[in-house]
Amino acid sequence: MSIEVKVLEILEQNPKLSAEEIAIMLNENKENIEMIIKKLENEKVIVKYHTIVDWEKTEKEVVEAIIEVKVTPQRGFGYDAIAKRIYKFPEVKAVYLLSGDYDLHVIVEGKSMKDIAHFVGSKLAPLEYVLSTATHFIMKKYKDAGVILEDGEKDDREVITP
Amino acid sequence: MNNLERFLSRSVQSVPPSGIRKFFDIVSEMKDALSLGVGEPDFVTPWSIREMGIYSIEEGHTHYTSNFGLLELRKEISSYLKRRFDLDYPNYRDQILVTVGASEAIDIALRSIVNPGDEVLIPEPCFVSYKPCTIFAGGVPVAVSTKSENDFKLRPEDIISKITPRTKVLILSYPNNPTGAIMTREDLKELVDVLKDRDIIVISDEIYAELTYEGDHVSVANFPEMKDKTILINGFSKAFAMTGWRLGFVAANEIFIKAMAKVHQYIIMSAPTFSQYAAIEALRNGEAEVEKMREEYNRRRRYMVNRFNKMGLECFEPKGAFYVFPSIKSTGLSSEEFAERLLYQQKVAVVPGTAFGECGEGFIRCSYAYSLETIKEALDRIEIFVKNLKYPNESQGIQKNSMVVEQ
Repeated sequence: MSIEVKVLEILEQNPKLSAEEIAIMLNENKENIEMIIKKLENEKVIVKYHTIVDWEKTEKEVVEAIIEVKVTPQRGFGYDAIAKRIYKFPEVKAVYLLSGDYDLHVIVEGKSMKDIAHFVGSKLAPLEYVLSTATHFIMKKYKDAGVILEDGEKDDREVITP
Repeated sequence: MNNLERFLSRSVQSVPPSGIRKFFDIVSEMKDALSLGVGEPDFVTPWSIREMGIYSIEEGHTHYTSNFGLLELRKEISSYLKRRFDLDYPNYRDQILVTVGASEAIDIALRSIVNPGDEVLIPEPCFVSYKPCTIFAGGVPVAVSTKSENDFKLRPEDIISKITPRTKVLILSYPNNPTGAIMTREDLKELVDVLKDRDIIVISDEIYAELTYEGDHVSVANFPEMKDKTILINGFSKAFAMTGWRLGFVAANEIFIKAMAKVHQYIIMSAPTFSQYAAIEALRNGEAEVEKMREEYNRRRRYMVNRFNKMGLECFEPKGAFYVFPSIKSTGLSSEEFAERLLYQQKVAVVPGTAFGECGEGFIRCSYAYSLETIKEALDRIEIFVKNLKYPNESQGIQKNSMVVEQ
C-alpha cells in the first residue's frame, strides 16, 4: 500500500492528528508527510475535513430527506446539466446519479418537514426536465459515513488476570 | 479458629495471587482513571466471525464436538499453519487439538509432560501463568532472566548455565508478553543448536504470532530438528480479537497430542461448539481483518515508543504483541513505586515489570490495545508525572507560592 493511501486512511479516521504524529506512526519523516498532505489537498484528493455530528443529541432541529428524482437527460449534456442545477441549491447536501428505477438521488436538509416539502414543491419538482420526485424522510440514522451513531460498543473490558 | 487454609494443597498455597490484579481493583473504583493495563484487543471480534457464531447457534449446533475439536476446524488450522507460518501438520486428525484458549493448552501441555521434580525453564519477563501452571503440574520452575541489552531475546548462554539433568521443558513465548520481543530465524538457530541434542521439550506459546510487525514470524517448530520436540500453542484470542470465545489449539507430534487429549477430555470434554464454528470462519475469511488490526496496532506502537523515548523513559522497540516495556530506571523508583505513584498522582494504571518476573524490575508494561485518544491522554499524564519526578523543586516552588497567596 502506498504511503499516500496510508496517510489518507489515518486522516479519514482522525483528521486532528498532526503531520508529526502521522510521521511517527508510519515511520516516515515529518517533512515528507507534510508534503504529501499538502499535495493531496492541492489535488483535491483530500476534499474537506469533515465532522460527523449526531444532531439528534443536540438542540438543533434538522430534518433530512432522500428524494428520488426521475429526469429526462439533455441532449449534449446527459444528466450533468440537470444535476448541476440541483446541487447548487444550498438545501441539497448530496446528489448521486444512479442506475436503476430512478436517476438522481438527492439528499436534502431542512429545518422542518414543511421546509423540505416546500423546497421540493417549489424548487425541485418544477425544474425543467424533472419528470417526477418521491420524497423519503430520514427517520433515524444508525450509521453514517462508516460510523455507528448509537452508543453501543464502548470499552467495557474488565481487567482479567493473568 | 477454624483455619480452613490448612486444607489447601501445598501447590496452591505456594502460588501468590497475580501481581497485575491489585492495581486494577483500585482503577475500577477510581473516577477518570485511565488504564494501559488490559492485555486483550480493544477491537470487537470482526462481524462476519460473530455472525457465524450466532448462525451456528441458530442452526442448533449446541452439542459437544469431538474431544479433539471439529474435524473441519482442525483441517482449517492445519492449512492455516502451513499458509501463514510454513508449519506442516498434515495429519490434522492426530496432530491438532482444539482447546479452551491457549491458557488451557499451556496447562495440559505441562501436565502431560512434567513429572514431580522435573525442571521447567521459564525465560523472564514472561506471561504470568507459566510458573503457576508448572507448579500445579508438579514441576519446578527455573527462571531464566533475559536482558534488555539483548532486546529481551533468549540467548543460548542464558539457558546453558540453567540446564541440569532434571531439565525437561523450555517454555518459549515469542512475540513476548510483556516485552514485545521477537526471535528471528537467526536467533532461534543459535538456540536450536543448544537444544537439538538434548532431551528437552519446547512448549512454544505463539499466541501473538500474527502480531509481528517487522519480518515474518518464525517458530522453533520451523526447524526440522526441533519439530517433533516442540509443542506449538496458538489460538484465536489475540489475532482475531476473540478473547471471550475461549478458543486455542495445540499442534504437535501425535504422541503428545494423544497425551494432552487425555487430560483435556477428562477435565474439559471439548471446547465451546459455537466458538469453533466462528473460528472456522475466522480462518477462512478473517485475514483481511487481522491485517487491518495489525496495521492499527503498528501505528500505535510507533507512537507510544516515540513518546516514551521523548519523555526520557528509554524504550526498546518491541517488534511484536501489543505492549511496550519502557525502562523507568532513570526515575530512581522501583517498578511498583512508579506504578503506584503514577496511579494516585495522575490516575493512569500501568503494570509494574516485576509482575512478570524479578528481571522486570526497572520496567513497566503499557498495552496499546486502546484507542489512540486514550493512549494520547495517558501518555500526556505520564509525561507530567515524569517531569514532576525530575524537577520536584519546581513544582514545590509553585506549591509554596500558591500557599502564600492563600494566606
